[in-house]
Amino acid sequence: MKILVCIKQVPDMESKFKISATGSWYDDADLAWRMNEYDEYAVEQAVQLKEQIAGSDLTVLCIGRQQVQETMKKALAMGCDRGVHIADDVAHEKDPFEIASIITEFAKDKDFELIFTGMQSQDRGSAQVGVLIAELLGLPSISTIVDFNYADGKIDAKRELEGGIKALVRCSTPALVTCQLGLNTPRYPTLPNIMKAKRKELLTVNVAELLKVEAKQDTAKIYFPEKRGGGLVLEGDANDLADQLIKILKEKTAVLA
Amino acid sequence: MKTLLVAEYRDGKLLNSTYELVAFAAQTGSESAMFLVGDNSSVPQYNGTLYLADSGKYSEFNPAVHKQLLLDVIATEKPDMVVFSHSSYGWDLAPRISLALGAAQISEVVEIDAGVPVAPVCNSKLRRQVKGNTAQTVITLQAGAFGLSDEPSGTPTIIEINTDTAAQTEFCGYEEAEASGVDLSKAEVIVSAGRGIGKPENLGIIEELAKALKGEYGASRPVIDAEWVDHSRQVGTTGQTVSPKLYVACGISGAIQHLAGMKKSEFVVAINTDKDAPIGEVADVLIVADLKQFVPALTQKLSA
Repeated sequence: MKILVCIKQVPDMESKFKISATGSWYDDADLAWRMNEYDEYAVEQAVQLKEQIAGSDLTVLCIGRQQVQETMKKALAMGCDRGVHIADDVAHEKDPFEIASIITEFAKDKDFELIFTGMQSQDRGSAQVGVLIAELLGLPSISTIVDFNYADGKIDAKRELEGGIKALVRCSTPALVTCQLGLNTPRYPTLPNIMKAKRKELLTVNVAELLKVEAKQDTAKIYFPEKRGGGLVLEGDANDLADQLIKILKEKTAVLA
Repeated sequence: MKTLLVAEYRDGKLLNSTYELVAFAAQTGSESAMFLVGDNSSVPQYNGTLYLADSGKYSEFNPAVHKQLLLDVIATEKPDMVVFSHSSYGWDLAPRISLALGAAQISEVVEIDAGVPVAPVCNSKLRRQVKGNTAQTVITLQAGAFGLSDEPSGTPTIIEINTDTAAQTEFCGYEEAEASGVDLSKAEVIVSAGRGIGKPENLGIIEELAKALKGEYGASRPVIDAEWVDHSRQVGTTGQTVSPKLYVACGISGAIQHLAGMKKSEFVVAINTDKDAPIGEVADVLIVADLKQFVPALTQKLSA
């Protein structure tokens, strides 16, 4: 079975963000980069499926600058067989439709039986790319899955809905699923697998070969939201802070009465 | 502006989020019509045209078929904007519609600033104004961002709709939320642990603080997903919605899904090493400190 998993490299969300010089994205200097958290679940599920179906071949795809290869190596060390890096220095300027179209252009004649993506990225959070790829390829898709089973050309998945309810959904392959947090427990790459990953095929394709559409939207401006909380911010020694907080709780709440 | 509002229905009931769509139309001064795959017995209180498809016939979750039903209505109504909730139903169906229409889709809109939709970036640490450059636009609204319409009223003019499009997926029913061992909604004090606790061994200090405050302990999603705490203690969109007298968020960054579950708390204390964490937006007091030092210090003083 041929399987594709699409991943994105994103900044660590705990980072101190700054606005870029153009004012249309965050400044990418001095950030720690990692695999989009949702995609870790997608990679793990794809690797589990590869292990279930003998003779499978699992490709990991990532769009971005040279540095995304570091994140791709993690996916290869987790168990992907080969990598396709779509080289694009300005991937962050592309909208979900362009990104989905690029991936579709790559995937359209490759006969992938299953495609895995994260349900959204942690930075843009549009939750569009996975479903768009499936629509462009004319495949069924199930989004936001927290449980996945494959047998005999059929997927049984559970979608996570609001309030902790799940919807049980079934479809035939070829198909695409978008993965929600908690779907599985992403494995840590072992040292031997990290070494092995270095020898795996990592093909680079220039984005110009795959981009055939135009963006439908642009980020006009990016900025920090105004602080609306207006809450008190306290810093200092832990013991002093504890005294201050107890005083506040006695004044403002009834819980220490 | 003319909008088409995509209402939601689940397990035999109209979802309340429908009235957030109505509020959005009112706030933007838009003319609107509504689309719903639901049932005649549970229609929204709404003054306008409701295009209604029967969920008994087309199922509550059936994206390929709902897509066609909606596209047919869009062809009739010709709205400038198709408006969904940014929910499991909305973010699944919206891309299918935007692609078919060749329209820009702007996700999780929190406000309209001088006519331009604004969406969060990087876990709400940043915002961006997004300009669609297509004639029609599809947007999904962040839960709660536009409030509910004041007092829903009215009776819609119902137009029944049908399609013979084939399904691509089969909906096999719902699995209810796990029976909750702990009813956090009744707790007067909740101390919650987030990713910032670092490792499961640190949960002890959270439980002890909860005990010292005579409350319960809860957790945010990453802690639940890591299986450090049972799902029954999850606070947030996919867990419990709580409104205690005091909520103490320990190492919780404040993803919108978590905030939605706790922002009705009367008093919120956040403990975080990151001064810019979005939890600061809803906190009455933000303690910028390492919770591993601060929490035991607080517990000790409370117990003394």
